[in-house]
Amino acid sequence: MNPEKNNDISVFRQQVKVFIVDNLPADIRRTVQEGRLVSPQETVRWQQILYRQGWVAPNWPVAHGGVDWSPSERAVFEEECAAGFCPPLNPMGLSMLGPLLIAQGSEAQKARYLPKILRSEETWCQGYSEPGSGSDLASLQTRAVREGDDYVVNGSKIWTSGAQSADHIFCLVRTDPEAKKQRGISLLLIPMTTAGISVRPIIGLNEMHFFNQVLFDDVRVPVLNRVGEENTGWSLAKAILGSERLHLSRTGENRALLMELLEVARQEYSDGQRLIDEDWFRRKIGRAELRLMALEYTKQRYLQKVEAGQTVGPEISLLKLQGSELIQHFDELLLEAVGHYGLPYDPGWMLGPRSEPSIGGGYAGTISANRFRHKGYTIAGGSSEVQKGIVAKQVLGL
Amino acid sequence: MNFTLSEDNRLLQDSVNRLVQDTYPFTLREQLVASELGHSEALWRQFAELGWLGTAVPELYGGSELGAESTRVIAEALGRGLVTEPFLSTVVFGAELISRFAGEPIQASLLPAIADGSKQVTLAYAEPRSRYSPNIVELSATLDGEHYRLNGAKGMVLNGHSADFVVLSARTQGEYDELQGISLFLIDSDSPGLQWHHYQTYDGLRASELQLDNVRVSPNSIIGPLHGGFALLDEILDRATAALCAEAVGVMSVLFDMTLDYLKTREQFGQTLGSFQVLQHRMVDMYAALENARSMTIAATQSLDGDNRREQVSAAKIQVNDAGQLIGAQSVQLHGAIAISKDLAAGHYYKRLEAIAALFGNSDYHLGRFVQRY
Repeated sequence: MNPEKNNDISVFRQQVKVFIVDNLPADIRRTVQEGRLVSPQETVRWQQILYRQGWVAPNWPVAHGGVDWSPSERAVFEEECAAGFCPPLNPMGLSMLGPLLIAQGSEAQKARYLPKILRSEETWCQGYSEPGSGSDLASLQTRAVREGDDYVVNGSKIWTSGAQSADHIFCLVRTDPEAKKQRGISLLLIPMTTAGISVRPIIGLNEMHFFNQVLFDDVRVPVLNRVGEENTGWSLAKAILGSERLHLSRTGENRALLMELLEVARQEYSDGQRLIDEDWFRRKIGRAELRLMALEYTKQRYLQKVEAGQTVGPEISLLKLQGSELIQHFDELLLEAVGHYGLPYDPGWMLGPRSEPSIGGGYAGTISANRFRHKGYTIAGGSSEVQKGIVAKQVLGL
Repeated sequence: MNFTLSEDNRLLQDSVNRLVQDTYPFTLREQLVASELGHSEALWRQFAELGWLGTAVPELYGGSELGAESTRVIAEALGRGLVTEPFLSTVVFGAELISRFAGEPIQASLLPAIADGSKQVTLAYAEPRSRYSPNIVELSATLDGEHYRLNGAKGMVLNGHSADFVVLSARTQGEYDELQGISLFLIDSDSPGLQWHHYQTYDGLRASELQLDNVRVSPNSIIGPLHGGFALLDEILDRATAALCAEAVGVMSVLFDMTLDYLKTREQFGQTLGSFQVLQHRMVDMYAALENARSMTIAATQSLDGDNRREQVSAAKIQVNDAGQLIGAQSVQLHGAIAISKDLAAGHYYKRLEAIAALFGNSDYHLGRFVQRY
């Protein structure tokens, strides 16, 4: 045990807590705390506050505007942000494309795109999945054919979160249909205003608009907008997915749900007493908290391995697998806690501040909407089954 | 939490692993289990020489004073070999309890003997009607002149057969389940009025039932405050539970690896078992449970001196029980019929995991303890 290091991290945690309390605008905190939909404008406002503090890009190198934090400090930052009801940052530019451009982009691409990502002046979306390519992402068919200094792109992307408001899309396209499927893919950066792009909204089970289909009809993209060499897009995409999975352990988000569950259980009644005092429900909460503790400690253990110079590779998939399933479990418990008052639903409750209390207590109205949204967590970013396949093959050698 | 082993503990881990691997084959374990003593005195002396029995004993009394993290490392490595030597009962129940709570005369007379392997001490906390709760103590200690007279029964006393001394909880005051009024007595195993009934448990280890009939004990043999023994007992049980969790992590890592190897080599339907996705995914579930059990055990060990000791230990025990029962049951299932034969080591690892799940509180007991925080 190294108490000195431990001490450092708790001092750091306290600094982050204080910063959030002092700087997170009350209206945004309320949106998050009440489980309502965070608007792109609210996300940008918070990102710009973090930008001024120098904290908006914890996983970028300092030279590019990042922060000099260890992996554990980054994890603490994420946990405190979630526990303090900060809106999640838009990961597309800050967590996914940014680090990739820093490592693999041309100087011109870095100069053009990175500052605007940092300052939240441009937003990105991710063009990976296609109607025919879900878990088998490498089978994607959107074609990019070289014509002079341009590629001409045809095809479509689907489940593209935020495409309706994004300025650009980073997109996997097939540049060599003859090669083995992983070897014929390239990564292109495409402005969403380019002629030939259209966006078709997909409305979710909770009546909210998160997802889209993005259609490409003879879309001309300069070759200069390709990241890395032609036909190397698959390995670039995989690098992004690896760093995404650590974030997708969602430890902070899970802890925030535990806090919400405890709060709801203190307010709900069952058999004439508070739900929190019912042994059968306390035990369900206890079991869920145990899963969260196990996830947090295993994540910490892996992060400390990285800091000690050891490699942590595909076992990160275990964190994504368990973190996403746990979110859904907390949603189930929350719905169970509010009983049949989980049923009333008005999409308006997700969008605006609660002008009138939703039926069944102030908190019941948005639980189902978030539950249905979170059903996507075990599907996106590599489904649970894909994660298990990765661990079986790459960790266990099966 | 610090999940990285110190250099010293890494070396310690290597040396226990090596000893277990080189000198403790499964065939030797089978012989020891079948022997009258149930473990090897020669090996016990070797543990002592290597300083493993003194992790909780101050240097003043000949111990190595390495602390809980080292105890964890040793327990895990011993678990890997299903070692039957009474490490947990002597080192945690005996040495840890005496080092922390006994007065100087008891410490001076017993700690050097524990550290050098010449004496073993165990703890008798459970009673036939107490189940897992250490506050339920019906065994009575009443003052009779200068001495106490002890009457009642204790049960599931681990390694009672080889213990030279036993620390037992007795009620000196109050109702049968009150926290206040429990006192701990150190008693020579050969004291008149003690009646031992030793037996084997299904995991090849030994335990005892103990009947006390007017056993005469000096007040000098009380450990800790009179009537105030519960807090000590509670802490020592947590320390022992953390060590038991560590042992379980060792047991289940080996069992998991055995099963993984088997899936990679055993062929059916013209392909290795490991090529079937349904079995791959099950192995991933088992691996996740094992990884979590390891993390939770380390966290519990490092919380033993903290305010959240009880909840961390209960959390770890539940995770370890669940992981152990999943890995145990599924390892047998995936090995197929061979694993229910006595000849294959895997089945014995499984049985130890089942036993551990039932010792020092099963998952339901610890969950009840964990949710007291809400």
